[in-house]
Amino acid sequence: MTMIALIDYGAGNLTSVKKALAAIGAEVFTPRRPEDIAPAQGVIVPGVGHFGATNSLDQRWMDAILERIGEGRPLLGICLGMQWLFEGSDEAPDCRGLGVLGGRCYRLGAAGTVKVPHVGWNSLTFQPGASIVDGITPGAQVYFTHSYVVPITSDTVAMSNHGEAFAAVVQHGQVAGVQFHPEKSGDVGLRVLRNFVALT
Amino acid sequence: MLSKRIIACLDVRDGQVVKGVNFEDLRSAGDPAELARRYNAEGIDELVILDITATLEARRALPATIRAVARELFIPLAVGGGIRSEADAAAAIDAGADKVSVNTAALTDPRIITTLADRYGSQAVVVAVDAKRMPPEESAAGGARFAVYARSGQTAVNRDAVEWAREAESRGAGEILLTSIDRDGTKRGFECELTAAVSRAVSIPVIASGGAGTLGHFVEVFTDGCADAALAASIFHYAETSVRALKEHLHAHHIPVRR
Repeated sequence: MTMIALIDYGAGNLTSVKKALAAIGAEVFTPRRPEDIAPAQGVIVPGVGHFGATNSLDQRWMDAILERIGEGRPLLGICLGMQWLFEGSDEAPDCRGLGVLGGRCYRLGAAGTVKVPHVGWNSLTFQPGASIVDGITPGAQVYFTHSYVVPITSDTVAMSNHGEAFAAVVQHGQVAGVQFHPEKSGDVGLRVLRNFVALT
Repeated sequence: MLSKRIIACLDVRDGQVVKGVNFEDLRSAGDPAELARRYNAEGIDELVILDITATLEARRALPATIRAVARELFIPLAVGGGIRSEADAAAAIDAGADKVSVNTAALTDPRIITTLADRYGSQAVVVAVDAKRMPPEESAAGGARFAVYARSGQTAVNRDAVEWAREAESRGAGEILLTSIDRDGTKRGFECELTAAVSRAVSIPVIASGGAGTLGHFVEVFTDGCADAALAASIFHYAETSVRALKEHLHAHHIPVRR
C-alpha cells in the first residue's frame, strides 16, 4: 500500500481528503513534525482558505518537502496547497510559497464580470498527455471553491474559465497541483488522486 | 463555464428525512444515507443536511447522520441546523461536512460569521436566510420587500433580506442559502423576485430554495431569479423528477449544468 503524507497546517479539515485517499486504496498519515515525513512515498499539501495560513509551513517543513521532491517522490498541491507550490500570492504578499513552480498567484475576476469566489462545478479544457489527467476526458467537470489562481505557465496542463481562463491543473515532472478539489469532484476527482498515487 | 448547481436538501429530524409545507406538517421521506446515495448516482452537484429541529430543541446537528452521509460521497456536503458556536461548527466539519450553514445564531450575533470564516475559510460558511414577502403597504416603490425570520421561520427579526445578505457577505460568508418561507414545500415555483434582488446585491453565490415543483421552475430561477444554484427537497424525495431529467431539461434551455 502506498504511504502518502498529508500535510496538516491547520487550513481547513483533512477528513475529506483522507476519505478519498482511503477510497482509492492509499494509506495516509499526517506527520506532526517535518522529519516525520521521511517514510512518505508521496506528499499531498491540501488546504482551503487564506494564503496566510501557509505561514505555518516554515523553512523546516519546506526543506523536508523539498528533500522528498529531490528524491523523486511526487508532490500534489490541492487548491491553496497548489498555490503554495508557487513563489507567493497577492493574497498575502509577505508570505513566501515553496517556489518549486514559477510565478505568483493573483485574484480572479479583475474585470468584475463574474462572482468571486468561484464556487461550483466547472469544466476542464486540455490536450491529453500529462499523467495527472490521464484517463480524464476534456470537458469533464470538477468542483472549485477559490478566489485566487496560479498563473498560466508552461507547467499548466489543464485550464478552466470563470470570466477569464485560469490554470486548473499544473504538472512539472513529479510536482503536480489542482486548483479544484479532487476529494469533492466525484469520479473525476478520484481518478486524479489515483493518477497521483500512480506517480509514486 | 461555471455550471449552475442543483442541490438536494435533506431535512432531517430524529435521523430521518422529513419534508413539510411552509415549514410545517412534516412527513417522512426516508433514510438520509440512502437518499444521498441515490441523488449522487443521479448526478446531484451538492447535498445539504438540515437538522430542522436542532435550534428549537437547542442541540447539535446529528454527527452520526453527517458521518453516514459523508462516508461514501465525494461531492460537497453542507450541514445546518443548530450551529450556534465555533464548537458546533467544528463538530459538523469533523463529522465530514465541507460547509456549515448558520441562520439563527448569525442573526443573534453576526460575529459568528467572521469567527467561522477566519477558522475554516469563507468557502466553508453559508449564511441561510429565511424570508417572507412583506405586505404591499410595507414595500418600497422599487418592488417587494422581504423580511427575515429566525428559528425555523418562527420569529420575525425586523431585518430586510437584501440588507442582511449584504451584511453577511461583508462579515465573511461564502454563500447565501436563501429560502422563501412563503414558497417552501408549495411547489408553486421559486420566489424569483427575492432571489434576483439578493443575487444582484451580493457578489457571493446565492442558492435559491423553496417552491420547486416543475422543471420549468428551475429554468425560471436561473434566468429571472439570477440564482447561482437551486436547492430542492420534495421534488426529488418523492421521485417526481430525477436529477438527471432536470439537468437534461436545463441543458435543453441553454443553462450550463454538469451532466
